[in-house]
Amino acid sequence: MAKRIDVSGLTAYYGTHKAIEDISMTVEPRSVTAFIGPSGCGKSTFLRTLNRMHEVTPGGRVEGKVMLDDENLYATGVDPVSVRRTVGMVFQRPNPFPTMSIFENVAAGLKLNGSYKKSELEGIVEKSLKGANLWNEVKDRLNKPGAGLSGGQQQRLCIARAIAVEPQVLLMDEPCSALDPISTLAIEDLIGELKERFTIVIVTHNMQQAARVSDRTAFFNLAGVGQPGKLIEIDETERIFSNPSVQATEDYISGRFG
Amino acid sequence: MSNAVIDKSAVAGDAPRPGLKQPRLPKWTPIGLALISVGLGCGIGVAGDLSSKTQWGLIAALLFVLISFTLTTKVEGSRQAKDKLATSLIWVCFLLAVIPLVSLIWETVDRGRTVLDGYFLGHSMEGVQTILPGGGVYHAIIGTLEQVGIATAIAAPIGLLTAVYLVEYGRGKLAKAVTFFVDVMTGVPSIVAGLFILTFWIIILDFDYSGFAGAMALAILMMPIVVRSTEEMLKLVPNELREASLALGVPKWRTILKVVLPTAIGGIITGVMLAVARIAGESAPIMLLVFGATGINNNPFDGAQSSLPYYVYEQWQLGNDASYNRAWAAALVLIAFVMILNLLARGIARWKAPKSGR
Repeated sequence: MAKRIDVSGLTAYYGTHKAIEDISMTVEPRSVTAFIGPSGCGKSTFLRTLNRMHEVTPGGRVEGKVMLDDENLYATGVDPVSVRRTVGMVFQRPNPFPTMSIFENVAAGLKLNGSYKKSELEGIVEKSLKGANLWNEVKDRLNKPGAGLSGGQQQRLCIARAIAVEPQVLLMDEPCSALDPISTLAIEDLIGELKERFTIVIVTHNMQQAARVSDRTAFFNLAGVGQPGKLIEIDETERIFSNPSVQATEDYISGRFG
Repeated sequence: MSNAVIDKSAVAGDAPRPGLKQPRLPKWTPIGLALISVGLGCGIGVAGDLSSKTQWGLIAALLFVLISFTLTTKVEGSRQAKDKLATSLIWVCFLLAVIPLVSLIWETVDRGRTVLDGYFLGHSMEGVQTILPGGGVYHAIIGTLEQVGIATAIAAPIGLLTAVYLVEYGRGKLAKAVTFFVDVMTGVPSIVAGLFILTFWIIILDFDYSGFAGAMALAILMMPIVVRSTEEMLKLVPNELREASLALGVPKWRTILKVVLPTAIGGIITGVMLAVARIAGESAPIMLLVFGATGINNNPFDGAQSSLPYYVYEQWQLGNDASYNRAWAAALVLIAFVMILNLLARGIARWKAPKSGR
């Protein structure tokens, strides 16, 4: 079910500003790929091009190809809405819908996309909450508002919401940066379980986290302020952290950078 | 790190600091001073033979600000005195703002209740001799409800959709033009809106006076208020919620309908209710377009009607004690109507507000 992503020659713009330039890489299915790099180097922008969320920003546009198995996401006639159903996303800050209960939050993706029977929804919600390791904490208060949970629980709720629509790929944009170490650990464990079923791409500023959870790591960098971000290298995580082939990667990882 | 270093050197270098405890005025000082200044104000007023009570009040307010400032400077020091000065100025301004409001409500309730009863609410002015007591406001209530209802039915959907366009879709010149014209419409005087409908609907298209004609003018007045308030409410919805919904593969229109609007619905309803309260008190377009009537006309699409503000004006024009009483009672009904709407709006806003409920 999980799919391979093949990016070639991808350039993304905000209006006239070129945010990332000429990125090509392969993301393997059923594995975790981590993106690391300094702020402003275009990691998040690149992540957002993988499910066509980049163009939601006013002035955002993309050149190049993103192949999901054998389909180009940017081919003419491709509906961004169906792309986003296939490639799910979890954001930096937990963002449960404030008007909805925990149950409705998890069911939101399905409910808003069509009609489901209540019994069917209950099954999916339970499965998704269990998949996000949240079921035991919330099973007695599914009708309480989602905004009443703690930050870490909210983020796992958002992950449950994202996996409820059964995507092929899960994109995570710094999913732990607003969380305490214990919640971070819970989510990292979760990522380890989820990679059995999904292709996972995670952006992180925490290099230990990248080393802990990912199978492959990509290092992004930019030449200077206002310059577009570029992919420096992508390789097995172990190799990136022990013996990278580019000097800039080693400098960044060892903290000798800038 | 560096801050700590600076703090240490500053403490070490200076002469020993005064303790943390400083002389304080007792807590009841402001109330005591207020009583003293009111007393002094009245005293000066009587002694100086000042006829206007407003002067008494202003002298008392001035004395209160001055006394509390000097006393605090003496006892607590200049920084606290400035704080007291600002606090007492704010209290004086608050009282000045509340006095007209309270006296208006007091006056209306006091004079309006003399004839306000079930009979007054349930009867029209049909066949009532205007210099005699009797008659009622029923036909005006019906008129106001129907006209305001129709105006809301026209203006609220259009205003809501305009605001959704401006916030969610509007880019470039068209959005700027719409914003500009909404701003211009906010400033249109009600009589001009009335004249516009008069020319367009009654003179050119040759329709008769009706509640509906008045409702159209009221809708023109209401629309920009609804657009403005809804726009502000939609802007308050965090962008992250829109992105979360879009990232689930929900189309934009459903995102707006199911996520953005429900999140903002409390504020939107409050805005619409406030706009309703604003147009419920309009009399100029009613005079031009609804014409005014003494009997009950339940059909807003045919023939003259009355309305509460128009009724107040009409009764005041008659110029005798019975009609004055009726005018005050109708004003009280109008205020109550607006007040109930506001309370409803607050209730709905609280009920619909996003819940955090831990």
